[in-house]
Amino acid sequence: MRVVVCIKQVPSSTKVKINPETNTLMRDQAGTIVNPFDEFAVEEAVRVVERHGGEAIALSMGPPQAEEALRAALEQGCDRAYLVSDRAFAGADTLATSHTLAAAIKKIEAELGKVDLIICGKQAIDGDTGQVGPSLAVRLGIPPLSYVSKIIGINLEAGKITAERSLEEGKEVVRSDLPAVLTVLKNINIPRYPSLLAKRKAKQKSVDKLGLKDLDLPEEKTGLKGSPTWVVRIFTPEARSSKAQIYTGEPSHTARLLADRIMEIKCKGKGEADG
Amino acid sequence: MVKLQIDKALCIGCGACVEGCPHSALKMEGDFPVVDERCILCGACIDVCPVAALSIPREKGKEDLSVYRGIWVYAQKAGGGLHSSSFELLGKARELAKILGCEVSAVLLGDKVDYMAGELFAHGADRVYLADHPELATARTEPYGETVLSLVREHRPEAILLPATIEGRDIGSYVASVIETGLTADCTELGIDPENRNLLQTRPAFGGNIMATIVCPNKRPQMATVRPKVFPMPKREERSGEIVRASVAFSAPCRVEVLEHTPIAGGCSIEDANVIVSGGMGMKKAENFALLKELADILGGSVGASRAAVDAGWIDFDHQVGQTGKTVRPNLYIACGISGAVQHLAGMNHSDVIIAINQDPQAPIFELASYGAVGDAKAIVAELVGVLKEKLES
Repeated sequence: MRVVVCIKQVPSSTKVKINPETNTLMRDQAGTIVNPFDEFAVEEAVRVVERHGGEAIALSMGPPQAEEALRAALEQGCDRAYLVSDRAFAGADTLATSHTLAAAIKKIEAELGKVDLIICGKQAIDGDTGQVGPSLAVRLGIPPLSYVSKIIGINLEAGKITAERSLEEGKEVVRSDLPAVLTVLKNINIPRYPSLLAKRKAKQKSVDKLGLKDLDLPEEKTGLKGSPTWVVRIFTPEARSSKAQIYTGEPSHTARLLADRIMEIKCKGKGEADG
Repeated sequence: MVKLQIDKALCIGCGACVEGCPHSALKMEGDFPVVDERCILCGACIDVCPVAALSIPREKGKEDLSVYRGIWVYAQKAGGGLHSSSFELLGKARELAKILGCEVSAVLLGDKVDYMAGELFAHGADRVYLADHPELATARTEPYGETVLSLVREHRPEAILLPATIEGRDIGSYVASVIETGLTADCTELGIDPENRNLLQTRPAFGGNIMATIVCPNKRPQMATVRPKVFPMPKREERSGEIVRASVAFSAPCRVEVLEHTPIAGGCSIEDANVIVSGGMGMKKAENFALLKELADILGGSVGASRAAVDAGWIDFDHQVGQTGKTVRPNLYIACGISGAVQHLAGMNHSDVIIAINQDPQAPIFELASYGAVGDAKAIVAELVGVLKEKLES
């Protein structure tokens, strides 16, 4: 079976601050990594292919340097990689990104054959939206399965996948038609460390590049032009003003003081509820 | 292709944009900055330019937006009733509708759910769009999404608010993607720009380290998912409204079947808890989480955890509080051995009272806390369990 795993290159640290004097974003350190949630997606794609045969294809939209992220996916066991990169894609929000990724997947299908499964991480740590995977499913006209914590089984002949989803108040087992788009949680697997051999093998693989001209997609659906949402302001969150009473000393002493506060809070809460 | 515009007549060559570019896409060449292919048009440079020399050309939309009116709230069900987020969103929608001079409607989907409409009116809805059908008994993305879509196409709201729950995110993504409008995830603040009726959607990004305000100026409806427990519960009032029944028809069989549903053992999920006792690495080992459970039981609460504790395998992911876990807003949050990484604080900083127990007096969690104790978290929690037992028995 053919599995596409979508990954994103993100800043290595989300510890950004805004310099109040210059209003600039300040990063703790430079550098980029594969979005941590996507590592679980890559691992799951590789495991599915190990179990069912076929090929795992890593796909990323991003600037030229996002090739590094795809290299990491190849080391982790993906068979092929595609980088969708074009100046026209800059400034894309989740909708424009879903258009571009969907067009790229159609291009991959035209080159290699039908894609049976698409796996994405739950969300990226920079944007934290979790919207691209579900939106991609809509673009491709296939079912979205979000918050997947386990793939229970795949029956390729029947074209079905059974998966467990972790919801707020419990777990749900669903059976869906294939192809489908899965967004996976970090408890789905433990990603492997690439072996030296895997790293060496990955070096021989190439990262194919796709630009706007390679895709069957009008430019106005991509990048900033194709993005209905605009960021109009960025700022540092307000610090919570606190007049903390901090106790120090022996645990028996501090615990007693905290217990007094807890009793006050509980009584106050009770009074409000009764009134 | 859209490119960053640099107005050389205005530019003073100060280099603030070069410094401010998070993607290293700008450099100075002579007196002026130049942009290379690394630019993703994030706009960070525009915000820092002291003379407004930078801009991203934006096209004005051609669509007539004035046919879209009213704010909708997606009413999520929970148990045999409504999820509290449905009411929180109605409360906020009322505030926004006052500025816009429009009505507030709730969208309610399910099987035999007529009886829930009354509570939606009582919490602020003027109208309830009701889709009642056996196929809608459980929330599944495609049939629910299709039903909301047909209502949106027929009645054309200008904004739709959904809870940032798994269900709300799924349905929001589905609807917004099909109609190709903007969807802003996980908002923590909403406002209105009265000049153009734009919904000002503010949300955390970069793990809560920065906030971004987002608009969707050329498309309607404007859609946002909103974190539960960020907005207060509105007062219940005796009021009623209009019920509009949606015709529900499904052309194709649903491609996703729900085979099994298992509720979390132990009942109360941390999102609904009034008291949360949360543990982090300062609890030292998995076994010590039993103490947290004991304390939580005494106080009638639930146990939460930091990401580090979950990653260490001390407790299940379902208990994780924070940006990548759950957002909670209890009356009392007791953070035991949690230093307070920004991503954790983002999930609990709306708690009414925060008590922090930590070895390190410099830990960021103390900046947020109302009360705190410096010392070994395990030892203090153990003492606390004893003292509270004594107090509650007497």
